[in-house]
Amino acid sequence: MSHRFHHLLAIEPLNREQITFLLDQAKPFQEFQRHPLKKLATLRGKTVALAFFENSTRTRISFGTAASRLGADIMNLQADSSSLKKGESLIDTIRTLEAMKPDAFVMRHSSSGAAELVSRRVGIPVINAGDGTHEHPTQALLDALTIRDRLGKLDGCNITIIGDILHSRVARSNIHLLSKFGANITLCGPAMWVPRELECLAPKIRRVMRLEEALEGAAVVMALRIQQERLYEPALAADEYILTYQLTPARLKLARPDAIVLHPGPMIRGLEIDPAVADSAQSYVLEQVTNGLAVRMAILFELIAGSADMQEGAKDSHVAH
Amino acid sequence: MRIIEKRQLMSADEIRRTLERLAHEIVEKTGGAKDLALIGVRRRGIPLSERLARTIRTSSKAEVPVGTLDITLYRDDLSTVAPQPVVQSSEISFAVDDRDLLLVDDVLYTGRTVRAAMNGLFDLGRPRRIRLCVLIDRGHRELPIEASFIGRAVETTDTEIIEVRLAEIDHEERVMLMDRVD
Repeated sequence: MSHRFHHLLAIEPLNREQITFLLDQAKPFQEFQRHPLKKLATLRGKTVALAFFENSTRTRISFGTAASRLGADIMNLQADSSSLKKGESLIDTIRTLEAMKPDAFVMRHSSSGAAELVSRRVGIPVINAGDGTHEHPTQALLDALTIRDRLGKLDGCNITIIGDILHSRVARSNIHLLSKFGANITLCGPAMWVPRELECLAPKIRRVMRLEEALEGAAVVMALRIQQERLYEPALAADEYILTYQLTPARLKLARPDAIVLHPGPMIRGLEIDPAVADSAQSYVLEQVTNGLAVRMAILFELIAGSADMQEGAKDSHVAH
Repeated sequence: MRIIEKRQLMSADEIRRTLERLAHEIVEKTGGAKDLALIGVRRRGIPLSERLARTIRTSSKAEVPVGTLDITLYRDDLSTVAPQPVVQSSEISFAVDDRDLLLVDDVLYTGRTVRAAMNGLFDLGRPRRIRLCVLIDRGHRELPIEASFIGRAVETTDTEIIEVRLAEIDHEERVMLMDRVD
């Protein structure tokens, strides 16, 4: 049997079976988060390099915690302290880290395609933890896991994504993932953030400019983080965004009564989401965070324990007792 | 390399009678099955633990919960024998603290699976006691581990393989001795 995954760079090239496999592999790790003793020795002696060329707190902590719960050690490169500031090229930085012999790279970068570029230059698995406005595959997987747990399946679900779709790698990965399961995806936001070209990403995507209309029949409502620097007059004032696109309790009532609310974080209360919605029983934001650990443990396990240098040959390879 | 069948070690009827005897031995040596819980090791330990628990419940009138354990994450040989490891769920819905646990597996060989299973159980709490019940003990231990209850001890060579086939998983019921030939 050939290897299932060498890297995790994007959702777009994966098929349904591969996605389902990864989600299924996350299930045992979901249970694991409830164990009193959250430490495995599975990846003992392995090292995961966290190469974050763009600032990140939650994703870095999530990957770091996932790696250490599997027993792996961590190498940490942070944007602020990075020698990139001193003028070193991306590839030189990566090759320097690789010379310290990590077993996998987790990489975030502000340029789309950076993780793929690196994956062609190194001999170890690369996990994309967000590249520019391209993709954030582990976020889409943890979202899908949360949705599948609540709705029972992904097939044909109605999801509404609200906000700055154009610049959101979270939205892009989610659109690619859910569309493979025949989801009906509604994109909603200010016209400049929801251009017509987004409809080309996948079938069954519709753009709706009025939030009230976009929420009708939604089983999943995903509010995206709004980068405040993108809100300025005269293009779009923050007050105007709040007035038109904030997810409020009244608006949420237009979705299905059992609709779930997701947000990739960090959440700005009072901007894209009303605190009453963020704290409501329909909000699964914290479950997303816990599922993020499970998904990342599953990915690290899959890529490191199932990776290239692993071979058959021990005494009890056929039947291990 | 081919794998050939050398001979049958147990028939369906022999498996049934062996499990019955094991269940009675377990009850006898446990002295009240009040805190007893069975843990089946994936995969074939699971149907075996369920069958044993049914018999133990009838004779001891105790509840005897059954859990399942997947040891993939606890193996020490991930880098050598498992090119495509797949993690399965462990389902243990009761607290293991202070429980009298009985691990159930089909074959005891190197002892490494049992070592991994015990590590998995310790992550869940502190059992009062862990014992081991296997259908077949085929020898060749690599760790100081022995079973408390053994269905049948079989002498084997290094190249031989024990195949336990159970109705719940394999749709047939027998134990066979296989061998690898070049």
